Amino acid sequence: MHPYTTDMYEGMLAETIMLPGHNGEIINAYYARPLGPGPFPGVVLIHHMPGWDELYREFTRKFAHHGYLAISPNLYFRFGHGSPDDMSAKVRGSGGVPDVSVVGDIDASARFLKSLPLSNRKVGVFGTCSGGRQAFLVACRTKSFDAAVNCWGGNVVQPKEKLTLAQPVAPIEYTKDLSCPLLGLFGEEDKNPTPESVHQLEEELKKYGKNYEFHMYPGAGHGFFYYPGVGYRPEAAVDGWKKMFTFFEKYLGTPGTRR
Amino acid sequence: MCTGIVETAEVSGSGKGPRGWFKLERVNVSYDHPTDAQLDHALNIDFVNEKEGLGARVAVELSAESARKLVETILVTLSRGDQGAV
Repeated sequence: MHPYTTDMYEGMLAETIMLPGHNGEIINAYYARPLGPGPFPGVVLIHHMPGWDELYREFTRKFAHHGYLAISPNLYFRFGHGSPDDMSAKVRGSGGVPDVSVVGDIDASARFLKSLPLSNRKVGVFGTCSGGRQAFLVACRTKSFDAAVNCWGGNVVQPKEKLTLAQPVAPIEYTKDLSCPLLGLFGEEDKNPTPESVHQLEEELKKYGKNYEFHMYPGAGHGFFYYPGVGYRPEAAVDGWKKMFTFFEKYLGTPGTRR
Repeated sequence: MCTGIVETAEVSGSGKGPRGWFKLERVNVSYDHPTDAQLDHALNIDFVNEKEGLGARVAVELSAESARKLVETILVTLSRGDQGAV
């Protein structure tokens, strides 16, 4: 990463765009990129269960600030439009967003980033909470990604009684198909995923000889990046972001300089 | 925690949302992330009427302890109502 110095020019473009998602259906997405010709690596951000909200817009701009083409598709687009929390409640009450459309929308977002003349053709995927689960899922179900980050994704390990029409297969079942290196960030006090289920996933990754790196933070639970909430843990969050940027740089190439 | 625990029930009555009163059709009860309450997870209750759109929603996010108190309070109140109605 290029260290910031105060004589640097900085600029970014951040806006809502429309793009073809799963099955070619048009959805909206928040897209941010550094100004400049690139080439830039890309990252698809998968929003958490509480919705396509302000926090994820911030995260998207954070990646652009660090030299990435960043896109966060609205996975709830097909459920209609309203405030992020109303949308989250609607999706929750409807049994959740189907895995099949999530995989399609995320895959389409990766293709969008790779199609841009600014792209270095490397794209990673990042998600937290349900988005962490989906990041792992999409890294197994597609070959579109060069690196994946699962932050405290619950229900990667799902007992049969928890499977639903929207989520018919536990993502751990797809581990053998994981198509890129995986970084996992977890909290020791999290109840979903528990340290036991993280260990179970780790065993499965070892079994199939996958390239992975897991970090378990003591004193942290679920959502330790979320500074507006009670689960925020500054030390774990700062270290987690650092590990993530190091990981992405290793597998996606050097992010664009802001000069 | 990211539980995905949701139960739903049909209900009848009225609720007051941001656009005023509307007829209630369904209640979604979940134990998961709250949006606003400063809790790791909460008992979330959404009274909704999907026909009236997303604005037709009355939401509360309660701690588990508060939710249990609410259940007890409702049951006591209903019991008193039943007695009073006899």
